[in-house]
Amino acid sequence: MSSSSSLTRALGISALAAVAVNAWWGLSLSPPDKVQGQLVRILYVHPAVATMCYAGFGLCALGSICWLWPRTRSPRWDRLAVAGAEVGAVFCAATLITGSIWGKAAWGVWWTWDARLTLTAILFALSLGYLALRRAVDNPHSRALMSSAVALLMALTVVLDHYATAWFATLHQHTTLFKPSPSIHGWQLVTMCWSFVALGLVFAWMVVHRYRLEALEERYESEGYLVAIEARRAEGQPVSAAARPETGRVLVGSAASAERAEALVEDK
Amino acid sequence: MWRDAALVAGKDLRVEGRAKVAVNQVAPYALVVLLLFGFAFDQDRPLLVQAAPGLFWMAVLFSGLLAVQRSFSIESADGAIDALRLSRLEPAGIFIGKVVAVAAQLVVLEALLAFGVVVLFQSRLGGAGLLVASTLVSTAGVAAAGVAYGALCVGLRARETLLPLLLSPVLAPVVLAATEAWRAALGLSRGDGWRWLGILACFAAIYLAGGAIGFGALIEET
Repeated sequence: MSSSSSLTRALGISALAAVAVNAWWGLSLSPPDKVQGQLVRILYVHPAVATMCYAGFGLCALGSICWLWPRTRSPRWDRLAVAGAEVGAVFCAATLITGSIWGKAAWGVWWTWDARLTLTAILFALSLGYLALRRAVDNPHSRALMSSAVALLMALTVVLDHYATAWFATLHQHTTLFKPSPSIHGWQLVTMCWSFVALGLVFAWMVVHRYRLEALEERYESEGYLVAIEARRAEGQPVSAAARPETGRVLVGSAASAERAEALVEDK
Repeated sequence: MWRDAALVAGKDLRVEGRAKVAVNQVAPYALVVLLLFGFAFDQDRPLLVQAAPGLFWMAVLFSGLLAVQRSFSIESADGAIDALRLSRLEPAGIFIGKVVAVAAQLVVLEALLAFGVVVLFQSRLGGAGLLVASTLVSTAGVAAAGVAYGALCVGLRARETLLPLLLSPVLAPVVLAATEAWRAALGLSRGDGWRWLGILACFAAIYLAGGAIGFGALIEET
């Protein structure tokens, strides 16, 4: 059993190639900026990483809403929610790190108590809480319900974080790309747009793998119970020679227990 | 619902009145936190006066976490939460009742902490209207969010560590807005404190409404 397939392998190779092209364009082909100089190169990573962070938490919110809605309730939505949250948390950490590097170079400090930065840090803390909550609940239904409630709050924080530069007085740069006349041109514009494609592919590859991993974990949990029940049954009955190898193949511990049970029966 | 809320609030406050955990443990802890803040600033009095609103609300946050944990630890002992579930009380009423009980304890604690801030940090309390209004609304928000997340964590195995991890980032906007409102009330900033009060009121309203709606589903799952 594996979380990879020919599709994910193709996606992974494409993502790797796209990131390599992004690095080449971003580091050598794209010229330095007239105002920012070499610092412009952070734009080929940071905005795309931050967008993937939002996309991850957006997927998490979508999965949670669809799970909470009785008509669409399915474990698939819960898997999508956890995949989105976990990948979103990774990209959120990357956003904070790349943003700090930018901050040190542009503002002279690694961190400042700006609305955008603070909300992103809160979002990261919320995502860690979300993931910790999921690990603390064993029952799949309870886990999905509780984590969905927290996911909705994360979605609210994403909206606040996104509009923070418009709603609050903030040091953070306003939108560069998504406006009627973008304030970036030529190779810089091409490279920045490409960074969204490259990191989008990385994001998709990670989400697909995490989704499948969650499905495998669920399968392991459900089949683990069946294996345990079978082993307990084997302990209570004398095991025939034909059946023993099958039990032994399933679980070494249960085979040993079955052998002990058989030995007890023989003693009697 | 309101009758159920009064019953639950009365029950929680009676339990607290008999056990005296808030008086014997939470309140001294809050004062120790204030003292530690004083040590950390090392007699830099002007800085301490400037930072007093933030330190006050951080002490409230830490103590609030303890009060919420206490509010649900009495329910998880001896299967009391099952009795609460089977009692046919309205879940929204249980939620409101627990919020009122936690908020009542926090208000007493805040009065004590405000006294501590005046004595230890030599702050001058002023702007009584804004100060009292922002304190009451913030307390409602802290209690509502605390009880909602407390219900989420009540049956979980790592609830002692999980609750602070989940609740602290959620309460960050309250700490920020309440600190700014207090700074405006005490004349430490020129900002409009009433604007921050509006943010606090929105936060409290969202958590009171969300908690009242979702509390039934949450305690069913614990």
